Amino acid sequence: MTGSPAGKEVRDFNEVNKGLSADNAVLEALRCMECVRPTCVKGCPVGIDIPAFIQQIANQDFAGAAATIKRDNMLPAICGRVCPQESQCEGSCVLAKKEKPVAIGALERFVADYEREHGMTLPEVAPPSGKRVAVVGSGPAGLTAAAELARLGHAVTVFESLHEAGGVLTYGIPNFRLPKEIVRAEIEQVKRLGVEIRLNHLVGRSLSTDELLSYDAVFLGTGAGLPYFMGIEGENLNGVYSANEFLTRVNLMHADRFPEFDTPVKRGCNVVVVGGGNVAMDAARVARRLGGKVTLVYRRREEDLPARAVEVENALAEGVQFVCCANPVRVIGEKTVQAVECVQMSMCDLDESGRPKPSCVEGSNFLIEADVFIEAIGQGPNPLLVSMLPDLKRERRGNLVVDADGQTTLGRVYAGGDVATGAATVIWAMGSAKKAAAAIDRMLREE
Amino acid sequence: MWITAPQVARHARAGQFLVIRAHENGERIPLTISAVRGDAVRVIFMSVGKTTEFLSTMKKGDALSDVAGPLGKPSEIEKYGTVVVIGGGVGIASTPIIAREAKEAGNHVIGIIGARSKDLLILEDEMAAVCDELFITTDDGSKGIHGFAASVLEQLLKERKIDCVWIVGPAIMMKVTSNVTRPYGVLTFVSLNPIMVDGTGMCGSCRVTVGGETKFACVDGPEFDAHKVDFDSLMQRQRMYVDEEKASVEHYHHHGGCGCCGGEHR
Repeated sequence: MTGSPAGKEVRDFNEVNKGLSADNAVLEALRCMECVRPTCVKGCPVGIDIPAFIQQIANQDFAGAAATIKRDNMLPAICGRVCPQESQCEGSCVLAKKEKPVAIGALERFVADYEREHGMTLPEVAPPSGKRVAVVGSGPAGLTAAAELARLGHAVTVFESLHEAGGVLTYGIPNFRLPKEIVRAEIEQVKRLGVEIRLNHLVGRSLSTDELLSYDAVFLGTGAGLPYFMGIEGENLNGVYSANEFLTRVNLMHADRFPEFDTPVKRGCNVVVVGGGNVAMDAARVARRLGGKVTLVYRRREEDLPARAVEVENALAEGVQFVCCANPVRVIGEKTVQAVECVQMSMCDLDESGRPKPSCVEGSNFLIEADVFIEAIGQGPNPLLVSMLPDLKRERRGNLVVDADGQTTLGRVYAGGDVATGAATVIWAMGSAKKAAAAIDRMLREE
Repeated sequence: MWITAPQVARHARAGQFLVIRAHENGERIPLTISAVRGDAVRVIFMSVGKTTEFLSTMKKGDALSDVAGPLGKPSEIEKYGTVVVIGGGVGIASTPIIAREAKEAGNHVIGIIGARSKDLLILEDEMAAVCDELFITTDDGSKGIHGFAASVLEQLLKERKIDCVWIVGPAIMMKVTSNVTRPYGVLTFVSLNPIMVDGTGMCGSCRVTVGGETKFACVDGPEFDAHKVDFDSLMQRQRMYVDEEKASVEHYHHHGGCGCCGGEHR
C-alpha cells in the first residue's frame, strides 16, 4: 500500500491510500497460511469467510472472491478502507505474531474495487415474503440491515433525514479516506436488491411514530449524531464548531468548493482541534487541506490516542501538530475566536477503561492562537425519535437497551449500530445490524 | 411560494419549519411553514442572500432539489385565555398559522403585525380573518399605527390581562418586544432563526443559550421562552458568515445572473 509522501503539503481531497495492484494482491494472498482453524474470521464482526476469498485471489478468481465477501458483507469497498483491521481480522491473523499479518483489509478493498470497475454482480434475492420492514437511517447499520432483509425477500423501506444516503459514511468520513463515489456505488448495489431509500424523511416528523410502527418490523439505525460540547466559556463564539458540523459542511455540503457550492466554512489560519479519536483526526486533516496550521489537543498521552494508529500517522505526516496531555478550558475572543486557553494534564491512576485518568495541573494554563476551534470529543445517540417512543428503554447515556439479537424493549422494533452500542466503528454497526436482521427475519417467518 | 411536499404537508403544525436545498450545489436553508393546503406548504422569504434570490427566480412548476420537514417542535398551543400573536417583517409569515391554531384552541386572539413600511407588510387579510382583533404598525407611519409592535403590546398589557404572547421576527425585534412582557411575567414565545445546516440535531450550528443551557434550535425549538434566551449571542452567531454571504451573492450575480458563462453552477 502506498500513501502520500510524508510532510507533503496536502491540499486536495483525493484518496491518500492508493490500494494494491492485481499482481501485489495475488502475492499478498499467497502469504495466507490457510489455517485449519482460521482465527481471522473470529476477528471479523460480520464473519466474512476470509480464507476462502483470499484463496480465490491467489487463484486470480477476483469475481469469485467478491461474491464470497458479499455473502456476508454488502459494503466491502467501504470496510476495506475504514475497518480497524489491525484490531480485528489482521490482529487475529497467526502471522501477526511472527512477521506481519496478511493485509486482509487491503485485499478486501482490492476485490471490491476490482468488481466495481469490472461490473458488479448481485447476490441472489429470495422470493417476496409479503412482509414490510422499515429501516430508520441509511448509515452502515441501516444499509446492512436493509440489504440483509431485502435478500431474504422482505420489502424494505429506508428512511433518511438528509438529502443523501450513507449517514456517517457520507457526512462524516472525508473523501480522502473514503471517496464518496465508492459510498454511492455500494449504496446503489443495496438499492438494486430492491431496497427503497426515501431521502429527506426525518422519522418522528415526516413520518409519525404510528406510521412507523405500522410496518411488520422496524430496524433503528439512527446512529450517534448528537455532538457533545465541552461546556467551556466562549464556546458560542464565531469560529467554534462541533466536528460534526465542520465535517458535514465539507463532506456533505462541499464547503471546500465555496462559492461554487453555496455552503461556506471558516477555513482558519490557526485551527485547534480537541479530541483524540478518528473523528478528531478527520477534522484535523480536513482543516489542513483547507489551508490552516492545525494543532490537535488531546488530554491524555500520545500512546493513549483512541484513533487508529494509521490515522495518527497520516495526520502527523500531513503536518498536524499534536499537543498531548492538555485540555482546553476556555475559548478567548470578542465575537470571533482569537485563542484557546488550555491547561496541562497530569496522568493519575488508571480509570475503568484501563487508561490513566487525566487531571488538571493547576497554574499550567497556556494559550494557543486560533481563529477556528473544533470540538471532537464524542457524539451521543440521536435523541429525537427514541424520545418519541416512550416504551423504548434507554441506558443512562441514551443508548437503547437491546438484547443479543438487537431486540429493543418495544415489540417488533430492533436496533443496531451506534444507537444501540454507543459510538463505535462502521463494522461494529454492521455486525450488530446483521444480527438484528437475522432476528427480524426469524420473527417474520414464525408468524 | 407554495411547495408540493406531501410528507411535510401531512404532518405540519404551527411553529415548525422545513429545510430546502434549491439545487444540486445549494445550501440547506430553514424556512418557517406559513400555511398548509392539501399536499402543499407555503413558505415566505425575503430575497436577501444567494439562495433566496435564486428562489425568487423560480417559476410555477420548477422543482427544488430537496425539501425536508416538518422540522422542529410545534408551537405549544393550549387554551391560555387571551393571546397576542406578533409578527415583524417577514416574520409575519409564521403568524396566521399560529393565530389559527390558538383560535381553534379557544383563545381570544389579538394580532399585531408590523413592518418598516406598508410595502413590506404581508398577510394582512389572513391575519384579519383569523384574529379577533388586529393591530398594524409601520416604522415610517405609512400604514396603521406609526411606531413599533412593542408599543402596541405595552399598551395592551397596561389595559388588560394577557396570558400568552408569540413574537416572530428579526432577532433584535424579538429581543426588544419580549422585554416588554418581562415585567408583567407573561409567558412569551419567540421563534429563533439561527444558522442551520442539517436541521435535525446533528451539527450544533444552531445552538443557542436558553436559561444558561445550550439548546439546539432545530430540535429543542425553534420556539423558546423569550425571557430565557440570550439574544446577543444569537445575533452574533447569525453574523458568522456575513463576508461569505456577500461573496456568494457576488459569485451568483457573475455566474448565475449575467448568462455569459452559462451559470454552470446552477
